[in-house]
Amino acid sequence: MSAYSSVLTLDPVLPTQAATPTPRPRRRLWSALGRALLAWPFPLAVLLLWQLAATYEWVPSQILPSPATVAGTFADLWRSGELQDNTAISLWRVLWGFSAGATLGFVLGVAMGLSPLTKDYLYPTFKTFAQVPALGWLPLLMMLVGIDEALKIILIAKASLVPIALNTYKGLQNVPTTQIELARVYRFSRWQLLRHVVLPSAFPPIWNGVRYGLTHAWLALVGVELLASSEGLGFLIVYGRQLYQLDVVLAAVVVVGAIGWALDRVLAVIEKRLLRWRVEGF
Amino acid sequence: MTRSTQPISSPGRWPHWLHPAAVPKPLRGWVIPVMLLTLWWAAFRFGWTTSQLFVPLSKVVDTGLRMAGSGELAHALGASLYRMVLGFVIGTAIGLAVGTALGVSRLLENLIGPTFHTLKQVSLFAWIPLISLWFGLGDLAKIAFLSLAAFFPVVLNTFEGIRSVPRAHLEVARVFAFGPWQVFARVVWPAALPSIFTGIYLALIYAWLATLGAEYLLTSGSGIGNLLVDGREHFWMDQVLLGVLVVGAVGFALNWSASQLERRLLAWRGRSTAQF
Repeated sequence: MSAYSSVLTLDPVLPTQAATPTPRPRRRLWSALGRALLAWPFPLAVLLLWQLAATYEWVPSQILPSPATVAGTFADLWRSGELQDNTAISLWRVLWGFSAGATLGFVLGVAMGLSPLTKDYLYPTFKTFAQVPALGWLPLLMMLVGIDEALKIILIAKASLVPIALNTYKGLQNVPTTQIELARVYRFSRWQLLRHVVLPSAFPPIWNGVRYGLTHAWLALVGVELLASSEGLGFLIVYGRQLYQLDVVLAAVVVVGAIGWALDRVLAVIEKRLLRWRVEGF
Repeated sequence: MTRSTQPISSPGRWPHWLHPAAVPKPLRGWVIPVMLLTLWWAAFRFGWTTSQLFVPLSKVVDTGLRMAGSGELAHALGASLYRMVLGFVIGTAIGLAVGTALGVSRLLENLIGPTFHTLKQVSLFAWIPLISLWFGLGDLAKIAFLSLAAFFPVVLNTFEGIRSVPRAHLEVARVFAFGPWQVFARVVWPAALPSIFTGIYLALIYAWLATLGAEYLLTSGSGIGNLLVDGREHFWMDQVLLGVLVVGAVGFALNWSASQLERRLLAWRGRSTAQF
C-alpha cells in the first residue's frame, strides 16, 4: 500500500537518505573543486606529449600537426567564417532531419503503444526496417533521391526515428498495470489517464529515446556528410583529409565533438527540469 | 467498460469483414509486407514504371542466387564479419578493463572520466579520416576503427554497472570478510553483469554499423559495404537491394543471438527469488 501512497496524496516520498546528515557545504565545495581540478592533469599531459612530439618531430607533422598549429588553423577557419558556415549547414540539416524523424517516431510509437491492433500490424515491419542501420540504406537512397539535401534529411530522420519510436512504444507498454488499475478505480477519463498516469510513467524512457535519437542523428549526419556532401562539418573533414591538412581535420573534429556534447547537455538539462517532480531514490 | 474495449463486431465505420481486427492475430504482421511485395510485383506486371532503377523482385532473387553460387557473397560477408568480430573483441576487452578501472577507483574516474566523456561525444565516423592517416586504408585501419566503435559503449556501461552495485551488498561482503578478489567475483561482477551486457550488446550493434561505415569510407578490400558501394556506382539496383537485405539479416542475427545469450547467462536472476 505504501508504494501507492504518493499517488493518492501527492505527497512526495522522502528518500531515506535525507535522514543521514549531509556533508557540510564547505566540504562539498572543496570536493567539487578537487574533482574539477583532477579532470585536467590527464588531458594536459596528453596535450604536452603531443606538443613535444610535434616540436621534436617524433612523428611527421603531416601525420600529427602540433596542438598549436591546430589552434591556429581553428582561429583561421573561424576568422574566414568557413567554420561557422559549415557548422550552420550541419546544424540545419540535423534540425530538419531530427524534427521529422522525432515527430514520425513519436507518432508511430504512440500508435503502437496505445493500440494493440496497430502494434500487431506495424511492429513486425517496423522491426525489420530497423534491423538495417541508417548507413545500410545510404546507397539505396543515393540511387533513389540523389545526393542532394533530401538524402541527408531522410537519412538523419531514419536514424532518429527508430530509437524514438521503439522507446516510446516500450515506455507506454511498461506503464505498471497496478497504476492503470488504480486510475480506473478513481474513474479517470481516458484523457486523465493519459495525462496523469501514462505520460509521467512513460516519459523517462521516451526522453531516453529522444536523447538516443539525437545522438544517432548527429552520427548519421557526420557519416552522410563524409560520404556525399560538398558542405558541412563532415565535408570539411574529408576536404582536409584529401589535402593532407590534418590540422583542418582536427579542428573540424573538435567542433563535431563540441556540438555533440552541447546537444546532449541541452537534452539533459531539459530532462532535469521536466522531471523535477521525481524524487530520486539515490 | 470503456469504448476501446467494446467487441469488434459492433457496427462502426468498417464493414465487418474489412475490420482490422478481423484478420487473425498471427497473420496481422504479414499484411503490410505482403501488400508491399504485391505492389512491387504489380508495378512490373502492369508496366507502371519504366525506370531503370526499379528492378523486379525476381531479379534480386536471381542476383542473390548467382552471387551466393559463385561464392562472391560468402566472401564479402566473411571479410566483413571477420573484421567486425576482431574489432569487437579488441574494443570490448579494452573497454571492459577501462570501464572496470573507472568504476572501481574514484581517483581514476576523476582523472580520466571527463576526458573520456568528452572524447565519446565526437561522432564516431569523424575518427575515420584520422585513423586512415594513421593506420592506412587496409584492414588494420578498419579494425582499429571498429575497436573504437565497440570501446565506448562497453566502457560506459561497465562503469555504470559497477557503480550501481548496492552499497549494502558490499557491506555484507565485508561482514563475511571477503577478500578483494571474492568481492569482485561474487558481489560486484554479478551485480554489474546486466549493465555490462547492455554495453556489449550496444557494442555489437555499433560494430556492425561501423563495419559498413568503414567499408564505405576506406574502400579497399572486400565486404558487404563494398558490395553496396559497387552496386550503387554501377547502378545495379538488384545488388544494392541484395546488400540491404544481407545487412538487415546480419543485424537481425546479431540482435537475436545477443538476446539468447543474455537470457541464458542471466537465467540465474530469474531463479534467485525462488531460493528463499
